[in-house]
Amino acid sequence: MSLKQKIALAILGVAVAASLGAGYLAQSSYSEQFREAISVPPSARFWLGTDELGRDRFARLLYGTRVSLLLAPAAALLATIIAAVIGGAAGYLGGRWERLVTAGVDLFLSLPWLFLLLAVRALLPLNTSPVISVIITFLLLGCLGWAGPARLIRAGTRTLVNSDFLVQASASGISRWRLFWRHLLPNLRPILLAQFWVSIPLFILSEANLGLLGLGVSEPLPSWGSMLRELENYSAVLQNPWMLVPVILLVAVVGCLQLLLGTEERLSC
Amino acid sequence: MLRRLMLKRFAIIGGLCGLGLASSASELRFCLRIDPKTFNPLLVEDESSETIRYLTGGVLIRLNRYTQELEGELATKWKVSENGRRIDFELRRGVRFSDGTPFTCNDVVYTMRELMDPNLHSPVGDSFRSAPGPVESKCVGPSAVTVRFPAPVAALAAQFDEVAMLSAHSAAKESAVLGPFALGEYKPGEYVLLRRNPNYWKRDANGRALPYLDSIRLEIQQNRELELLRFRRGELDIINKLDPEMYDRLSSEMPRSVLDAGPSLDWEIVFFNQVENAPLPEYKRRWFRSQDFRRAISEGIRRDDLVRIVYRGHARAAVGPVSVANHFWLNSALQPPSGSESSVRALLERAGFRRSGSALLDRDGNRVEFSMITNAGNKLHERMLALIQQDLARFGIQLNVLTLDFPSLIERISRTFNYEAVLMAFTNLDLDPSGQMNIWVSSAANHQWNPNEKTPATAWEAEIDKLMAAQSGSEDRARRKLYFDRVQQIVADQAPMLFLVNPNALAAVSGSVKNVTPAALRPQIYWNVEHLQVGGALVSAR
Repeated sequence: MSLKQKIALAILGVAVAASLGAGYLAQSSYSEQFREAISVPPSARFWLGTDELGRDRFARLLYGTRVSLLLAPAAALLATIIAAVIGGAAGYLGGRWERLVTAGVDLFLSLPWLFLLLAVRALLPLNTSPVISVIITFLLLGCLGWAGPARLIRAGTRTLVNSDFLVQASASGISRWRLFWRHLLPNLRPILLAQFWVSIPLFILSEANLGLLGLGVSEPLPSWGSMLRELENYSAVLQNPWMLVPVILLVAVVGCLQLLLGTEERLSC
Repeated sequence: MLRRLMLKRFAIIGGLCGLGLASSASELRFCLRIDPKTFNPLLVEDESSETIRYLTGGVLIRLNRYTQELEGELATKWKVSENGRRIDFELRRGVRFSDGTPFTCNDVVYTMRELMDPNLHSPVGDSFRSAPGPVESKCVGPSAVTVRFPAPVAALAAQFDEVAMLSAHSAAKESAVLGPFALGEYKPGEYVLLRRNPNYWKRDANGRALPYLDSIRLEIQQNRELELLRFRRGELDIINKLDPEMYDRLSSEMPRSVLDAGPSLDWEIVFFNQVENAPLPEYKRRWFRSQDFRRAISEGIRRDDLVRIVYRGHARAAVGPVSVANHFWLNSALQPPSGSESSVRALLERAGFRRSGSALLDRDGNRVEFSMITNAGNKLHERMLALIQQDLARFGIQLNVLTLDFPSLIERISRTFNYEAVLMAFTNLDLDPSGQMNIWVSSAANHQWNPNEKTPATAWEAEIDKLMAAQSGSEDRARRKLYFDRVQQIVADQAPMLFLVNPNALAAVSGSVKNVTPAALRPQIYWNVEHLQVGGALVSAR
């Protein structure tokens, strides 16, 4: 691991630790509105000032980081598992199953996912608490984000199925089930891990995009997406540059993830 | 680029050459959000087409947006009689359409026939359809017309503000207009160019022909940020509607270009689902039908904070279905809810709710938790909901916010009724209470909390039905006011809709535009378009 990657890991570690310790670090709740202190600059009481509803920006940043950093990996894990099952099965079974899955994946990828997400969101139950709504949002992202990885996993599986060691194992009379679990799946691990790491920043950014459209995490729960919406008011950003802190953190974390992903890819080769 | 520079240079030279021979061309530029759907003034439904109609159409009677009084335009006199069934017009003489065709009583008869043609499906004509039966229009002299309806039409004279006269004889059909401007050029998705109507009948106090402007260029621009940017660059002269955030941003950069015309007629409202067959648990239906519960929620919302924080002071706490901008029809005896915690607690207690720890429970022990939907992407609504959420949390009420794309929201409130409460904006164009018939009459489709009732569900809705029918059937304005005052009082007492704020009419006007007199009614900035001037150039006597 290079020095850069060590620094990246440290930044990521600090961000995760700070978000987990939000209850101790933040002086107020993320949802409490100080209505007499609207959009105030940083002070001893409000380290990053307050937002347009008088809420402590620092507290919101910590809790928002927790939401984005914990749920994005969960969504990535879900997407990777779905992709592994569908792509792996297609590659392993081959023939008409493979053609069917490939066509299904192509069709799924051609869908306008944003509209699909809007439609699915419109079907949500009415009384969904903010915490449940954020989990559902990431769950949706996970359920919709499997198609790309599935294609890669199918191709990887196909290559493995045709490889000499698997043909030999098959010829020796080993059962299909054992062949899959003991010989195929362990060899797919590098692809699965790579897909998992690639999906994390993708889902963080997807949630941020949804937040920009007002369709991300419900009020009053913060997320990076909802905090980024404040940046639409560019003159306010020019006057209050501390509003850029969530963006800086987002870029730093995504950058760190990319650096770590580089490590993972090298390790897997 | 080079070509554009050369053209610009030629234009400047051309302009200099022309100096002294004629006045420089003056053009007003502002934006339409979308392309107009029609240029036929009788088929107008959308805001862009409405703008074109206002700028090009000649009407018999015009509502002065500033004084809020009706004024004669193409009709010099009018008289409503037979209890609102009949209207007689005395027409202005010597008026010509933009193509030179003379305006006569036959044009009025032709327009009314077209307007009421059931095959045309004119949305404007709908407001005149009081009962089945033919509408009789006839010339009773060279410049006198009588129009008789099968049943009384509420606010009959005021309805003619939206009826632009068509020419019965012109080959140009809808292109022949009687308003200050006529359609010059239209490039879909780009712009609509309106040119000065050379035959416009109005003159200013000095006898000079109006309008002062030579043309109006309406750029099609959906993106509000780009509109603001172009205004700041000087490429636009007017932004007719600004949100509070944009207003404050612009006022810090160009303080002399922003205008706050005070409260508009629009509402921000909340209402609860009281539809009989809505997919709601029975106990929630009971809450929403409880007058005390609705009033408690209304009292619990701090309207002053909505005004101060969300609208940055550019709104007024609403008192009821009539804005303070509506000078005549407002029931001035009404007051905004006090918002005192003790009155909220008293109302909740009276309705059988009790506090248990941090939660509020109903008499059956159900936790008071409900959702409120609003349209996604509307930052004002999202901020309002965040404030309301905390306001209600003080009383142990948990409010869940759900933002939906607009079509899904409309689907839920008008078809599936799968919602509990909704926060939405209402655009109100009409001063007269008859414009609100479709909201207050219990059988109406827009009776939002419980639409299309076969018979009034409650005694107070039955009383509102009677009062609305009585006011619309009366010619006596004072009596109508009494009836509608009572409607406003019932609505305040029963709180079927919680009126939160009336947003101010905010606009931006370049310093080069002269004679601007902002009004609270639409179109706030250019309602007196024939008197507007752009630049300091003297307008030639025409």
